[in-house]
Amino acid sequence: MIEVESLTKDFGLRRAVDKLSFTVKPGEVLGFLGPNGAGKSTTMKMITGFLTPTSGTARINGHDIQTAPVAAKREFGYLPEGAPGYADMRVMDFLEFAADLRQLQGDYRQQRLQQVVADVHLEGVLGQKIDTLSKGFRRRVGLAQAILHDPKVLILDEPTDGLDPNQKHEVRRLINSMAEDKIIIISTHILEEVDAICSRAMIIAQGKLLADDTPANLAARAESGRLDDFFRDITAGGLS
Amino acid sequence: MNPINIIFRRELAAYFSTPLAVVFIVIYLMLTGVFTFYLGNFFERGQADLQSFFAFHPWLYLFLVPAIAMRIWAEERKSGTIELLLTLPITMGQAVIGKFLAAWAFVAIALAGTFPIWITVNVLGDPDNGIIIAAYLGSLLMAGAYLAVGVGVSAATKSQVIAFIISLLLCFIFTLAGFPLVLDAFSSWLPGGVVDALASMSFLTHFQSLQKGVIDLRDVIFFIAFIGAWLYACALIVDARKAD
Repeated sequence: MIEVESLTKDFGLRRAVDKLSFTVKPGEVLGFLGPNGAGKSTTMKMITGFLTPTSGTARINGHDIQTAPVAAKREFGYLPEGAPGYADMRVMDFLEFAADLRQLQGDYRQQRLQQVVADVHLEGVLGQKIDTLSKGFRRRVGLAQAILHDPKVLILDEPTDGLDPNQKHEVRRLINSMAEDKIIIISTHILEEVDAICSRAMIIAQGKLLADDTPANLAARAESGRLDDFFRDITAGGLS
Repeated sequence: MNPINIIFRRELAAYFSTPLAVVFIVIYLMLTGVFTFYLGNFFERGQADLQSFFAFHPWLYLFLVPAIAMRIWAEERKSGTIELLLTLPITMGQAVIGKFLAAWAFVAIALAGTFPIWITVNVLGDPDNGIIIAAYLGSLLMAGAYLAVGVGVSAATKSQVIAFIISLLLCFIFTLAGFPLVLDAFSSWLPGGVVDALASMSFLTHFQSLQKGVIDLRDVIFFIAFIGAWLYACALIVDARKAD
């Protein structure tokens, strides 16, 4: 379970995330929606312990990210925004590096490496350096790294950004296949994606939580019954 | 496996995955040769020792070590991999130490490449090899101190060029801290205690006896404490600036 408690982040005078609180239970796929600059990535960076919150905290399966960061970080896999990877490393070396830091050992390590390579279809590029990969492959390498240790919690910042339609479909299928017993948080601004994979959607704008419900219920709130109309209604211009 | 060890191995392999490592080692070896034989008058001195070789190490490190150190954190921040690294289940200390040790090991490899000069002096005469070994250790320790400065500065900026220039400047100050050239610039506006403290951190002074083969515990402790302090500062800087 992820428990987020009044998470707040100030950058100078600007409040990027404003007292965000929510919990996510196993089996839920939570979609973070919001316009650019809404605070989605900042929130994820705080949950994963990369950014230190101005106030508030997050607990991942009971481990506080501030007071027990290493224990908390073992619980999740994280795909940062833009899927960064060490440019000078070959794909397989990079995955092995991640496997080592995740303390995977022996047969299980081999089995997991083979599994993720098959899951995200990296067979053809294992010997290539990461900086020679296309954007789509890079994102898949980042995804492979995130699911490598079969984590109970997956936090994915725009996992399908830059992928072609087929790749998007593949990644969504992968997320759906893992959704059953995991907690998955994804951020996106592609609304169709929310329909396709999320069991719950949170709409955030200017660091504040505006709506939190199933995608179907959110869509029903708009006159037209469409999620993108509802999204526009509550985020456009910040008028509502 | 310990996370420090895993990071150490990745970083060290990263040096050799580009031509940078070879270029650096070649330049380092060429310059040591030039300095020793032309400026140090290795032959003309007629002495079977490596004084003329070690005497130039501070000046070589002054330029070459910041060039190694500049990328260590700056690149990590620029490419965004720092977010990946620091959300893996490791501590900040493990990341900082692993990266530092890898760079230090790289310098050690370059330094080890100078072994022909040691053979040369043994062929030409009958030097005291104990002194030479002590001087090598002292040189490595001093390289670690230069590196620690460079790593700390690298954590403060995304630009490798800025990291290089600032660490070069800081390293220059620490190299000559005990000499009027540097002290005069500070003595007029800093309190006496601070100036004295700065003067006592002169690399050149601490390396002086080490290069003559005298292993004074105070010099060794100085370099180790200096490295430790800069690495601690580096961890604080990375933590403060990682997300900028």
